[in-house]
Amino acid sequence: MKASATDYLNNTVDDPTRPQELILGGNDFTTITEKVSDIVLERKTPLAWYVAFALTSGLTAIMFLMIGYLFVKGVGVWGLNNPVGWGWAIVNFVFWVGIGHAGTLISAILFLLRQKWRTSINRFAEAMTIFAVVCAGIFPGIHVGRVWVVYWLFPIPSYQAMWPNFRSPLLWDVFAVGTYATVSLLFWYTGMVPDLATLRDRAKGRLQQIIYGFFALGWTGSHRHWHRYEKAYLLLAGLATPLVLSVHSVVSFDFATSQIPGWHTTIFPPYFVAGAVFSGFAMVGTLLIPARQWFGLKEIITLHHLENMNKIILATGSMVGFAYATEFFIAWYSGNPNESFAFINRAFGPYAWAYWIMVTCNVVTPQLFWFKKLRTSVPVMWIMYIFVNIGMWFERFVITVTSLSRDFLPSSWAYYRPTPVDILTFVGSFGLFFTLVLLFIRFLPMVAMAEVKTVMPIADAHSGTRRSVGDYHGDIPEHVRRKGDL
Amino acid sequence: MSRGALYGLLTEFESPSLLMEAVEKVRDAGFKKWDVHTPFPVHGMDDAMGIRGTRLPFLVLGGGLTGLGLATLMQWWMNAVDYPFMISGKPLFGLPANIPIMFELTVLFSAFATFFGMWGLNGMPRLYNPLFTNRRFRRATQDRFFIVIEARDPGFQLDKTREFLASLGGAVVEEVRESAED
Repeated sequence: MKASATDYLNNTVDDPTRPQELILGGNDFTTITEKVSDIVLERKTPLAWYVAFALTSGLTAIMFLMIGYLFVKGVGVWGLNNPVGWGWAIVNFVFWVGIGHAGTLISAILFLLRQKWRTSINRFAEAMTIFAVVCAGIFPGIHVGRVWVVYWLFPIPSYQAMWPNFRSPLLWDVFAVGTYATVSLLFWYTGMVPDLATLRDRAKGRLQQIIYGFFALGWTGSHRHWHRYEKAYLLLAGLATPLVLSVHSVVSFDFATSQIPGWHTTIFPPYFVAGAVFSGFAMVGTLLIPARQWFGLKEIITLHHLENMNKIILATGSMVGFAYATEFFIAWYSGNPNESFAFINRAFGPYAWAYWIMVTCNVVTPQLFWFKKLRTSVPVMWIMYIFVNIGMWFERFVITVTSLSRDFLPSSWAYYRPTPVDILTFVGSFGLFFTLVLLFIRFLPMVAMAEVKTVMPIADAHSGTRRSVGDYHGDIPEHVRRKGDL
Repeated sequence: MSRGALYGLLTEFESPSLLMEAVEKVRDAGFKKWDVHTPFPVHGMDDAMGIRGTRLPFLVLGGGLTGLGLATLMQWWMNAVDYPFMISGKPLFGLPANIPIMFELTVLFSAFATFFGMWGLNGMPRLYNPLFTNRRFRRATQDRFFIVIEARDPGFQLDKTREFLASLGGAVVEEVRESAED
């Protein structure tokens, strides 16, 4: 009997005789609205939120201090040395951009694939995407060396009468990440407008009504508006789908178009994209699990949702593992001594410790998700997400640093070590990320209420009075159903 | 104490299935200036209301072509004409190296066209709406479903339309004024 109170929250058992329930606990439109919007409007901000916010904004301040120090002293404050000209700044950039892939994957690709379970988690994942891209954007901005001419990245007329080199992958990166950030933001905001209107209509304070009202743009839920809105949403999903695949491909071109052994491979674009999705889902999970716990959203973000995410993590983690194996095979098969050396050096050279952390966290531990018991256990999956986050950071470290530290000229080989400035800047970027996440859960609807309502059985206009047999009413032609006898 | 001119009449429903039947009747009654307000897009409502397709996809196509054209011209003019960039003997303008940015700007401009086009066609932002003066209507973004017939509809006659709306089986029929009580 003890288990029965929580049993209804376990919807991971597949029962082919019934449609999969995505929202549990007998919720209807009213309770969904209340549960999500009350977190923002009614609930008193918990003390823990203030503590966490103080901590994360402190870390953010440290990051900005470190950046200020960097600007004053120059990139010498980092651990860069002669062969290793790309250090943690690039590693962190690729790490954060990769994390930023889950949101758009969930909101766009899963939307096109009609995966209804995405509705409970897409808002959160999209928010996380934008915050991760914000963190990512900082690093290329500060690593250029002479930050006062950072505008050279953009094609704007300058006194030099010179334009950027459009055949450089580094410039493609500027456009790819810029476009991705913009489109993700538009997508996120578009999806949020109906929910902002819900907050506007439920808010009691005048200030809340004005602010939410302003950003809700005067949304009334008009069906003539919904009609264009849904079309726009579909179009944005269609546009964002190739975009999400392109961003990390372009990021990988930064490496793949160079001639460094270990970088110059055609496998990079798909391998980077798989890794990005892998790390992004892990970060979504890292944040979602505490959020659903603390804010009472277990009926909306159910175990079924988490299990689906874990399956994606298992699939993409295996792809990443396969890519590691393929790299080794090609290094041997190519017969190129530099290429072979680069890979043997990765696994057994001075950075072997980093390589094996990467393999353990990305390839070995996610395989535990083959077991249903483990992939539906919340503590296990959360620990696994942390492993993936660590592993994927090390992947970027391994790729960037091992190849550079052993370049073509053995006399210039050197070992790269980060300085405290490197470390504090990176830790500080987590502060920024979590600060933004905390603001998001405090002031914006964490779950896409309007979208969740559409996947509830009661949302079906032909349910109830008209439905008489089974769940296959959708197959009944419109003219038959109109007669009113079904 | 003027309450402003009459904006229209609204009626409220509790579930999408009740709403759907009523909507078909309003459509068949030949009203023009009317709308349905729901907390989420109800599947099948476009047909029930008789809404025609939107022009939005053409705007988006236009946006995409603009982005593509702009990216091509920009890269050609900046790297091959205005400041010829000779790098490792490669052609000044070669398609493959310019494709990534052509792709990115196509997507970017299409997304702008989708976003601004959709809000523009919807006549938004429109921060004031007479419907906001009705307290009941606040649930249109939460858990209730409304049909609104505007007073400027040619077929609108206060008493007859009120009767018609009442016959649809909604919970209540209310008048909506252009401005709130002062």
